[in-house]
Amino acid sequence: MFENKSGILLIAGLGFFLFSFVSNALVPILMYRHLPEQTVEQLVTQNVLYQFEDLKIRYPEQFKTYVGEATAENCAKLLKRGRDVYVAEGCWHCHSQFVRPVSNESRRWGPVSQTIEYQNELQRPVMFGTRRVGPDLSREGGRRGNDWHAVHFYDPPTVSPDSPMPKYRWFFDGAPNKPNERGLAVILYVQWLGSWLESYPLYENYLPIQESMSNPTE
Amino acid sequence: MNSTTSHELAAEPIDPTELVEERLVLWYFLAAIVSISISLLGGLLMSMQLIHWNPHDGVEYLSPGRWRMIHTNAIAYGFIANSFLGALHWAIPRLTLKKVLCRRLSYFIFAAWQVVVLSTVAGILMGHAQGVEWGETPVWIDPLAQVGLFLVAINFLTPIIRAKGPLYVSLWYFMAAFVWTFLTYAMGNFMPQYYVSGTSAGAITGLFIHDLVGLFVTPLAWGLMYYFVPILLQKPIWSHGLSLVGFWGLAFFYPLNGIHHFLLSPIPMFLQYSAIVATVAVEFVVLTVIINFFGTLWGSSRALVTNIPLRWFYTGMVCYFLTCLQCSMQVTISFQKVIHFSDWVVGHAHLVMFGVFGLWFFGMMTYLFPRLLRHPWYSRNLCEWHYWLTAVGIFVMASDLILAGLFQGYYWVSLQPWDASVNGSQPFWIVRFVAGVAIISGQICFFVNLWKTWRLARASDVESLLPNTTYGPAWTAE
Repeated sequence: MFENKSGILLIAGLGFFLFSFVSNALVPILMYRHLPEQTVEQLVTQNVLYQFEDLKIRYPEQFKTYVGEATAENCAKLLKRGRDVYVAEGCWHCHSQFVRPVSNESRRWGPVSQTIEYQNELQRPVMFGTRRVGPDLSREGGRRGNDWHAVHFYDPPTVSPDSPMPKYRWFFDGAPNKPNERGLAVILYVQWLGSWLESYPLYENYLPIQESMSNPTE
Repeated sequence: MNSTTSHELAAEPIDPTELVEERLVLWYFLAAIVSISISLLGGLLMSMQLIHWNPHDGVEYLSPGRWRMIHTNAIAYGFIANSFLGALHWAIPRLTLKKVLCRRLSYFIFAAWQVVVLSTVAGILMGHAQGVEWGETPVWIDPLAQVGLFLVAINFLTPIIRAKGPLYVSLWYFMAAFVWTFLTYAMGNFMPQYYVSGTSAGAITGLFIHDLVGLFVTPLAWGLMYYFVPILLQKPIWSHGLSLVGFWGLAFFYPLNGIHHFLLSPIPMFLQYSAIVATVAVEFVVLTVIINFFGTLWGSSRALVTNIPLRWFYTGMVCYFLTCLQCSMQVTISFQKVIHFSDWVVGHAHLVMFGVFGLWFFGMMTYLFPRLLRHPWYSRNLCEWHYWLTAVGIFVMASDLILAGLFQGYYWVSLQPWDASVNGSQPFWIVRFVAGVAIISGQICFFVNLWKTWRLARASDVESLLPNTTYGPAWTAE
């Protein structure tokens, strides 16, 4: 059995692989089968729409050319496009999207990541990330304005002096106040991150509303 | 070799040049060399970006983000896969005494696989990358790659199935690896893209990343070690029992490791713990394999000085032991708290992909190129320079990045501003750049040597040289 062809092909080749697939992949799939996958349309909350309309106000001509009307459908479309840009440029190789329950991460980034946050179409494939050259982005949305992001994508050192992040000039029509489709999309995508949380936008020393109201003198 | 086949060998000598399609081995190795050149340039660009030395920042097709993906994919599917296919075309017919299924199919696979590699590079460059680590191959090339892997399996499994008598260790690894590679590629490239999202997809991409290393690269590479090392040392493997432990231990425990890539993530904790336990178990299995190979070397260690291919192999094995030892520590939760997301992991990845498998391929190429070209190496000194620049380069790079990872991890835990970790990494990133330049210089020595050897081989009368005469003695143990 251990040295013949059928043993190696069937037990080692197929059997052990299937065992690992069942125990390591099917188990989580079955465990989370009650959490339905949200579509992009369902992800367009008021928080995202606010940023979407803000893009229209700040870059009216660019917005009209590349997006059109500020409708919820267009917002979903742009959001999906933003995710594609995020994947295509390999952003996720230097920015993670999960906050771990250790190493003071919840103090730096905000609430620890939960499974429900990833059950949506934009996490297909999941964007956990693999390396943090730059900060975690899972609670980045809303913390900074769209102008900041535009300038940052155009020339990171302008707003973040020591940043080794590349310049993404091809997101723009020649100037930081003229983001093209990819620029608008990726800015919206970054602003979407964390938009599903109560703590959006997450600022330092954030306290949930009940807690801050229960002790108003502080 | 078992008694039946060696008996047949004695009765009826078989000319290996008829069994082996040597031209194809040569072509695969050249494709591998082109791929690693592309990959090294990508790595160089990324390392220059991090230390603010990128001369072309802001150019779309020179984007370090895209070239970083080309860097890893050109290694996995260009350098490693092509080197394997070349070496397997050499080893499998010799081990089984049977030709591969079909000569035309072999050439078709060669062409198709180069299309896969070039499409991957072009696709990533055009911004079509897929969001799966080590599987950024664009979604539109995945089906062709899948068909290619199927054909590879058919082409190579046929001679193994046809072979009579007990199977040699190498062939266990090869057989299992052809099945695993096909399944792994399908799982990683299609499931998280089309069928599963979120945390479960994370579990699957973790499995994919790990299986690609553990079930595609590792078994094929160890199978080739079991083939080449006894030939170079001219003695059998030390212990057959340990070979069995090594193979079956790998086959059982390695596939269960995947989730350790996303520890402390929202993936269920009990699955994370099971991956940790399985990873530590792999370390013990690895130990048996290492003991077996050093047991084989015992008494012949002088060969490490005289025999450069053998030196490549055993240096790779030392790296393999180190990287697996490191792995069994870094998967623990206490290490993870500090080193996850840091350059520690990048150092680990370089140590295993280049420090182990890269070195082994250079060993195989150093051994096989003179045999394929029918001419000894142009310069042994250049072979030495290739070895030393590469080996020292990867050793410095890996230790430097691992240390950098510890610094970064502690910067983050201590809640200093983010920039502190980036600025604190600069000295390490500069050392990494220098180590990278050393590795590239080593490869330039290799390419020059190869070019000169090629020219000499062309100039001399090929027909007058019999195989295994002029270039043989230099690389075999005395």
